[in-house]
Amino acid sequence: MNPSTAVTWDEFMEGVWRQNPVFVMVLGMCPTLAVTVSVVNALSMGVSTMLVLIASCGLVSMMRKITPKEVRIAVYIVIIATFVTVVDYAIQAISLTLYDALGAFIQLIVVNCIILGRAEAHAAKNPPLPAMINAAGMGVGFTIGLLALGTVREVLGAGTLFGVTLFGVGFQPWVIMVLPPGGFFVLGAWLLFFSWLERRKLRRRQAKLVEATQNA
Amino acid sequence: MNTPDKTTEHKVIPIVVAAPPAPASPTAPMIRTLGLVSAICGLIIVGAYQGTYDAVAANKRIATERAVFKVIPAAKSIAEYVALPAGGIEPRVGAGDTAPGGVKFFAAYDADGKLAGIAAEGGAKGYADTVRIMFGYSPDCQCVVGIGVVAMRETPGIGDKIVTDKNFLANFNALDVKLKGDLSALANEVRAVKHGAKTSPWQVDAIAGATITSRAVGRAINDSAQVLLPRLVPNLDKLRSKS
Repeated sequence: MNPSTAVTWDEFMEGVWRQNPVFVMVLGMCPTLAVTVSVVNALSMGVSTMLVLIASCGLVSMMRKITPKEVRIAVYIVIIATFVTVVDYAIQAISLTLYDALGAFIQLIVVNCIILGRAEAHAAKNPPLPAMINAAGMGVGFTIGLLALGTVREVLGAGTLFGVTLFGVGFQPWVIMVLPPGGFFVLGAWLLFFSWLERRKLRRRQAKLVEATQNA
Repeated sequence: MNTPDKTTEHKVIPIVVAAPPAPASPTAPMIRTLGLVSAICGLIIVGAYQGTYDAVAANKRIATERAVFKVIPAAKSIAEYVALPAGGIEPRVGAGDTAPGGVKFFAAYDADGKLAGIAAEGGAKGYADTVRIMFGYSPDCQCVVGIGVVAMRETPGIGDKIVTDKNFLANFNALDVKLKGDLSALANEVRAVKHGAKTSPWQVDAIAGATITSRAVGRAINDSAQVLLPRLVPNLDKLRSKS
């Protein structure tokens, strides 16, 4: 990765699409499967993770020149844990119901591999602004991933969206969708969809290449 | 053969001595960086704690009040008490842990400051993890007049019917928890019975298909009431009006 000072749209979009943490890198599966039983949970988990990502990548990047490589992991973890604690307090202050729903997964953001991965792979080598923009992209990508799961699971498993009932009384919720197996089903379906997209793109590119060589 | 061997050996040794293990960063910068990071992070955490303390405390109070008001609808304000192991009760001060063996409960007062009921928590093992409930106790009828769930991890759509099933909740319109004559224990143990088998006012009619969770609710009320009520009932007069 070239340490560049130029802030690019690409830097942001990397995490949102090309390197989407959930669908492409398949990172952070623990909260992804556990908290996505409803859209509200998925959204708050995504936003919390994003805030931690941005803040810790910013600080890691600011300290990158004075961090000896022997103690870098310790420094990253202390910084990440700090911002997780801040988010933890903030959620308690905003809503206890939400805090109970997210349970231990807020604290577990500390060991979320997306954040440590970003700190090590990007923030430690780039100035604060690009690092934070890259982190924001990753956070948005993670949130999109969680929302994709949460929406499907809440609609199918509870017949609601943002807690609002969508179907009539005749709707029998597909309860397994809000249970742990449902998380795996939905994640599997989304991964299938994204790998199908990827393959289709590849096939088209190959077809174009073949066409080009034939024309030549 | 011997001579070249010796020369190689001779060549190797000085190299090892000349090249110490990969150059490490000096200790001072490591300690300085870690110290700096810890100081910054410490400040941030303390700041966040101070900044959110009031809001968090208010949220917790509101959550408790809401849980109590749900099981005692007439309530307008609450006071926290502890029932001591030796018998007797005392107001609970501060947010610290209750004394060992003490049972926490809430005295709920109506708009005129008269005792509207007592609320207490109970818990018992359900299908998945402990089902923790709050129940309202009315001293007038010596019965449980409402329940609410504090925390549970029961199967959605099955065990969590204890919150929504009207027939099940009707069990707690007036669930009998009278004490024995000597006030040492409940006259009749509160128990959940199979759906449709309820014959007495101290039995809980279980939800068909969610018997384990229903039983947990019954046991939670029983276990809590068996301990709390013998200590509480002799002291009820102290709670009659808001202090």
